[in-house]
Amino acid sequence: MTKKTDPRTAEPDAELDICDVVCPMTFVKAKVALDDLEVGQILAIRLNDGEPTENVPRSLKEDGHRVLKLTDNRDGTYRLLVKKAPDYF
Amino acid sequence: MAADYKALKNGGFMRQRQKDNFSLRLKVIGGNLTSGQLNTISRAAETYGHGYVHLTSRQGVEIPFIQLKDVEDVKKALSDGGVETGVCGPRVRTVTACQGIDICPSGCIDTLDLANEISGRYFGRNLPHKFKFGVTGCQNNCLKAEENDVGIKGGYVVSWQSADCSLCGVCVKACRQGAITADEEKVYFDPEKCSNCGRCVKACPTDAWSGIPGYIVSFGGTFGNLIAQGLQLTPILTDREKVLKACDAALDYFAEHARAGERFRLAADRVGWEALKSLLESRL
Repeated sequence: MTKKTDPRTAEPDAELDICDVVCPMTFVKAKVALDDLEVGQILAIRLNDGEPTENVPRSLKEDGHRVLKLTDNRDGTYRLLVKKAPDYF
Repeated sequence: MAADYKALKNGGFMRQRQKDNFSLRLKVIGGNLTSGQLNTISRAAETYGHGYVHLTSRQGVEIPFIQLKDVEDVKKALSDGGVETGVCGPRVRTVTACQGIDICPSGCIDTLDLANEISGRYFGRNLPHKFKFGVTGCQNNCLKAEENDVGIKGGYVVSWQSADCSLCGVCVKACRQGAITADEEKVYFDPEKCSNCGRCVKACPTDAWSGIPGYIVSFGGTFGNLIAQGLQLTPILTDREKVLKACDAALDYFAEHARAGERFRLAADRVGWEALKSLLESRL
C-alpha cells in the first residue's frame, strides 16, 4: 500500500496539457508522461471537459494509477491529479 | 434428386441465385470461433466452396457456392472438425454477444457465458417466425440489444459508501445522466436519474462506488423490413435465473399468440403489450 496523499495539499511533480488532442491520444500522452515519473510521483493533467474528463480518469485507474482529484478550471478545461503506481500492483 | 429446399434451409443452406448453389450458414455463438474451427471452415470453403467465406451482419459465417450434391459431405467434414451448421427460417437464430466482462474494460456482465446458455436452451427452437437474441455487456451497446426480439444489456445497480470516498470529483463527470453531484463534504446520488450504466463504478479511484451486475432486458426489437426498438418491460434484473425466466416467458408468449410468419413485435402490437407484461410479472 502506498501512503495516502491528501489531494488538497499534493504538489505535482510534472504538468501535462492534453487539450490539443482527442481520444485515444489523450490517454497515450498521459501514459507517456507517467512513464517519465517515479512511482509515487504526481502528474497534473489539463484536459478538456466532455469525453476526456469522462474517460481519462477511468483509463488511468485501469492502468493501476491512483486518481486523486478532478477540478473544474471554469474555462472549459479540468485539472486532474494522478499518482503514479508501480508497474505491477 | 428432388431437393427438399425447406429442409436444406432449416439446416442453414441458403439457396443462392445460382441454381443448385447454396450459401451454407454455420453455427456461431457470440461471434467466437476457435482457430481449429476456423481451419475446418477454411478447408471446407477451399474444398466445397469458392475459397472464401461471408461474415454475416449477426456474427455468423456462411460458405457460399456449396453444391447441392456436396451437402452431406460438407456437413460431415464440418462436423468432424467441430463446426455445426446454423439455422434459418421460423426459429431461434444465432445468439449474438459482445466480448463482455472477460475481455472488455467496459463490460458489466459475462455476455458469452449467457449467450452460450441461451443458445443451449433455445437455438433452433421452432416458432411462428424468426426469433433473435442478442447480449451486450454495457450501455455502449456494441451488440445493439434493442434490435433483437429479446435483447439483454449489462449494467450495474450502484451504491456509494462515504467511508471510502476521497471526494475526487471523478464520478460527477463520469456520470452522463447528471445523477451524481458533490460538494466538499459529500457525494449526492439521485437514483431516479441513474441509467445503471456503471460508469461511476468503473471510474471511481477508491472503489467508493460499487455495483451489482444486472441485466436490462428489452422485448420486441426488429431491424429489418420493420424497424422498431425493443422495449424494456421490467426493471433491471440482478438475478440471472430471472433473465432466463423472462426469455422463457417471451418465447411462450410468442409461440402462443403469434400467427405464422408474424414477428414478435407485430404479435405484441396486435395482441397487446399488457398481456406480455402480465406474463412477465407472473413469472419473475
